[in-house]
Amino acid sequence: MSDEHAAQAGPGQEVAPVAHAENPLAPGLPPHRPRRADVDPRAAKRAERQVALLFTLSALCTIGFIVGYVEIPNSEVLNLPLMGAVSASNFTLGVTLGLAIFLIGAGAIHWAKKLMPDVEGVDERHELRSSDETREAVYAQVAEGIADSGFGQRKLIRRTLLGAMALLPLSALVLLRDLGPLPGTELRTTLWAKGVRIVQDPSLQPIRPEDVVFGGLVSGLPATLMAVEDSAGTLNARAKSPVILIRLRPEEIVAEQGKNWDYEGILCYSKICTHVGCPTALYEHQTHHLLCPCHQSTFDLADAGKVVFGPAARAMPQLAITVDADGYLVAQHDFTQPIGPSFWERG
Amino acid sequence: MSTIERAGQGTGNYLDDRIGVNRWLKKNLGKIFPDHWSFMLGEIALYSFIVLLLTGTYLSLFFKPSMTEIVYNGSYVNLQGIRMSEAYASTLGISFDVRGGLLMRQVHHWAALLFVAAMTVHLCRVFFTGAFRKPRELNWLMGVGLLTLGIFEGFAGYSLPDDLLSGTGLRIAEGIVQAIPIVGTYLAFFIFGGPFPGSDFIPRLYIVHVLLIPGAILGLITAHLMLVWFQKHTQFPGPGRTEKNVVGYPLMPVYMAKAGGFFFVVFGVCVLLGAAVTINPVWLFGPYTPTQITAGSQPDWYIGWLDGALRLMPNWEINAFGHTLSLNVFIPSVVIPGICFTLLGLYPFLEQWITGDRREHHLLDRPRNAAVRTAAGAMAITFYLVLWIGGGNDVIATHFALSINTVIWTLRVLLLVLPPIVFVITKRFCLSLQRRDRDKLLHGIETGTILRMPSGEFLELHAPVSESEKVLLMAGDRYEPLELDTTPDDNGVSPRVSSVDRIRAKLSQAYFADQFRLSPEELAAAEEHHAHAALDAGQGGETAGAVAAVTGDGEAAALTAAAQAGSSPDQA
Amino acid sequence: MRTSSVTRPSRATQARRHPWAFVVLIGLALVMVGGLYTVLGSASAAQADATNPDTIQQGHALFLEGCSSCHGLNAQGVNGRGPSLIGVGAADVDFQVGTGRMPAATYNVPQVERRTVQYSQAEIDAMAAYVASLAPGPSVPSFSDLDLTGANLQAGGELFRTNCAQCHNFAGEGGALTLGKYAPSLTGSTPRHIWEAMLVGPQSMPKFPNTTITPLQKRDIIFYLTTVRAQPNPGGLSLGRVGPVSEGLFLWVVGLGVVIAVAVWIGAKSS
Repeated sequence: MSDEHAAQAGPGQEVAPVAHAENPLAPGLPPHRPRRADVDPRAAKRAERQVALLFTLSALCTIGFIVGYVEIPNSEVLNLPLMGAVSASNFTLGVTLGLAIFLIGAGAIHWAKKLMPDVEGVDERHELRSSDETREAVYAQVAEGIADSGFGQRKLIRRTLLGAMALLPLSALVLLRDLGPLPGTELRTTLWAKGVRIVQDPSLQPIRPEDVVFGGLVSGLPATLMAVEDSAGTLNARAKSPVILIRLRPEEIVAEQGKNWDYEGILCYSKICTHVGCPTALYEHQTHHLLCPCHQSTFDLADAGKVVFGPAARAMPQLAITVDADGYLVAQHDFTQPIGPSFWERG
Repeated sequence: MSTIERAGQGTGNYLDDRIGVNRWLKKNLGKIFPDHWSFMLGEIALYSFIVLLLTGTYLSLFFKPSMTEIVYNGSYVNLQGIRMSEAYASTLGISFDVRGGLLMRQVHHWAALLFVAAMTVHLCRVFFTGAFRKPRELNWLMGVGLLTLGIFEGFAGYSLPDDLLSGTGLRIAEGIVQAIPIVGTYLAFFIFGGPFPGSDFIPRLYIVHVLLIPGAILGLITAHLMLVWFQKHTQFPGPGRTEKNVVGYPLMPVYMAKAGGFFFVVFGVCVLLGAAVTINPVWLFGPYTPTQITAGSQPDWYIGWLDGALRLMPNWEINAFGHTLSLNVFIPSVVIPGICFTLLGLYPFLEQWITGDRREHHLLDRPRNAAVRTAAGAMAITFYLVLWIGGGNDVIATHFALSINTVIWTLRVLLLVLPPIVFVITKRFCLSLQRRDRDKLLHGIETGTILRMPSGEFLELHAPVSESEKVLLMAGDRYEPLELDTTPDDNGVSPRVSSVDRIRAKLSQAYFADQFRLSPEELAAAEEHHAHAALDAGQGGETAGAVAAVTGDGEAAALTAAAQAGSSPDQA
Repeated sequence: MRTSSVTRPSRATQARRHPWAFVVLIGLALVMVGGLYTVLGSASAAQADATNPDTIQQGHALFLEGCSSCHGLNAQGVNGRGPSLIGVGAADVDFQVGTGRMPAATYNVPQVERRTVQYSQAEIDAMAAYVASLAPGPSVPSFSDLDLTGANLQAGGELFRTNCAQCHNFAGEGGALTLGKYAPSLTGSTPRHIWEAMLVGPQSMPKFPNTTITPLQKRDIIFYLTTVRAQPNPGGLSLGRVGPVSEGLFLWVVGLGVVIAVAVWIGAKSS
């Protein structure tokens, strides 16, 4: 291994001349410089006392931790300079425990650096590879073993074994099928439907047109949500159905996603970003832009919710609204496109 | 014999009778470990992982991994009467009702951040010193695997409390899975047990977080450490250090004390962080509900680069034949990390293919001596850093009073423009350091002593480098670029060269064409030249003799003589 | 107090006027004026002043001097400089001038910033009265509007997280909007200004009239905000309550820094 100048090269290539790292003139280890504690017994004693002090302080901190745990209630507040008001329990327990642990480490390291021998030792590296004889013996043994087993000759055994082993993992795969339902149309529909009232989030009060002012922002939910949520026990319906309501003057509205989807200038848009699904509710009323705080997708709500900046690729879906007989805002029908992030089968 | 000694020997004999432990101890109690601080970065990762196991076990005794909705009636006033999942409520319970609970939560989270950070700096150290070369390629692969697992584990961990911030992260994760072509929606529904958020995900994430990934990490760590133990650690070149030895301190007692002490230090630092600095204040975020969001929604730091990629990516989406390919989501969250981790894992094999070097390496490279590798690493880090900064673009915008749109556009440009610039600058920097080392070897070190010749000329005296520094400066392999053999054979037919070989030769050229490293032959020739010149100087030239007398240095005299003669020493 | 040598009044005047009558009369007048002022002045000083034509005139004068260059001589607005103030109401004026945003140093910025307040509260009230006199608009909150007794902390939190956190962050520390605009930090805002901002929707902020967020709900939100920002940070240093960005930075600089420093100490040769 010592003079391998021949790196193995491929066909048609010259061997690269390589300089080796071994330097026959390399000097040996530098002479050992004794430390103070090596020559001066008083320095050694001092170092010993320092180490002992560190360990003793650690022990005291552990006792402090136990006392703190017993004595300090969770509700107590401690006022500290620079840090303000903090939990007395957390701070006291943490500092005592932290120091108790840290000081053991500091003591051990100080001990090693000052008092334990610092003469460098040398280990010879052993050959990592086995000898050529060993290799050949092993390969021969393996070959013999395979020959003895008949794996090579008995094609029927080999093929059926491989077939069985290859098939077996499929059972594990199949077992995973009931991890969840198939998507079906779940991603395409929400709770919104004809006549479903829009209610305020979180008060659940229905909304009149005059409640939505110019420059205002109302967060809405379908009125049917709570019943569904209580029976399903999950937030799934809530995850798809939040909306926001804004009001623009007719001359400000450049485009909508459908004819007469607004009600007297009140526009209703989905609140779920079409990028990766964060709620998008940063409404800048002066520019009528809607900003998502996650990745800064920006939608122009006066122009059919189209994307004006950021990584979202699709406009914010609009919900067609009108008023019902009692004068409250309701949906005309469900969204006409899937809300939220895109997916392969979306169309 | 004292009682302790008797007890110790008794135990030793008991175990030795049954498992032959003394044989192993004989070989290993005095095992030598090299003592550079940069070799301890991996230890930081190991020890912070142990801290995670300990604090994590404590937390698992109190945490309820359930998404069942309850009404909170614990001691945190701000949320009393609010509906939330049991997972969130139990996290509030740990934080406010269990003594020491908040401490354990904070220590656990700080240790997690430290774990991934330590693995990252450890990876950088291993990369820049070339410690991944044979025989350590397998260890490198295991390290990359550990880093990947650590990142997933951290994400799973901070998502368990089901608070508003981490729940938003889960929503984003679901959107990412959904955007995968062909199988995305199926995968998303299988992982979440239905549509988002469902009620299965937190319990499933819990098992991944406390059993599956820690088990995998423990297994990989064990194999990783076994390899380090068996192959022995690498070491920096220096006096007395060769490819065939390890210089350092023995396991018992020095390394036990230092490494054991370092464990307590890392543990102590994690606990002190948990004592003094708030992390992940879930009570302020509120419980997760898909209709709420906070400004400044960021993931933990080690996912920041991926979030930045999502923010910087242009909004490309392809709609065709009734299907949607969301490149704006798929590329930054699946393709880019896929490519990055694959390149990272494959690098040792790529470099070996380029250099053609199949020998073992136990002495580390100085980064300057592997200029292209170092530059490539700096380039990769720059790419990562730009993405990482992108992940915090809104915090940057508010704190530095910038337009977030300008920040995003600037980072988009920097992402493409800055890495190549950093590559070139780093490579040039390494090459100039190589040149400085070369000058030191050939001309010696400037002493600052000026000699004025009778003729009026000023000369600066140079002292030769010490023997030990010469070892350091000459350390490392000097490669020549691989050349294609295009000489035609006897019949005038040139050998056929495949395109793979052509690429290999080109890369080899890129790696090694520019360098200033001295080969041992060149150094020997230069030293011989000096020795001759010194002999000449001793014979004639009183100036040179004066120099020799003043400095007592034959080489300096030789240099002076050479300078007088008007030739420079390296024109050999 | 020495009595001065004043000519004693005649028996007739003496019977009608006590020597102390004058003093008592002045005292009574002072008490009455002071009492009236206390009762009417502090709670709804603007309202009381808003109807006072002198206050409106004072406000008009201040307006012409400090605001008309951008908002027009009749507050109708100047294109490219300042919007019309007709109909914005006293609340908007009280908010903008009371937080120092107005008068704006320059109008060529994405968003006007908070600065030192340039006017006294009385002057602000006068200007508010003037603007309110131009057309009806939202008025400043009354004493009872801002009375947080009985406010619901938990409901306030829910309302805050639904309506406010997306721009102002979970603890009211602020956040970024597009093109250099931002939602400012709320940690120093007074209940009065918070109320007014919700009502008026200054700059990019949407309006939350009492039909969207009722007065009761506004009080709950104010109560939540003022409570949270005064509450301790149980875990220690809050790092600005900004989230994982500052936590990661702290770890890399302090956490990793300390640990690596110890590693360097371990590896160093000792004397």
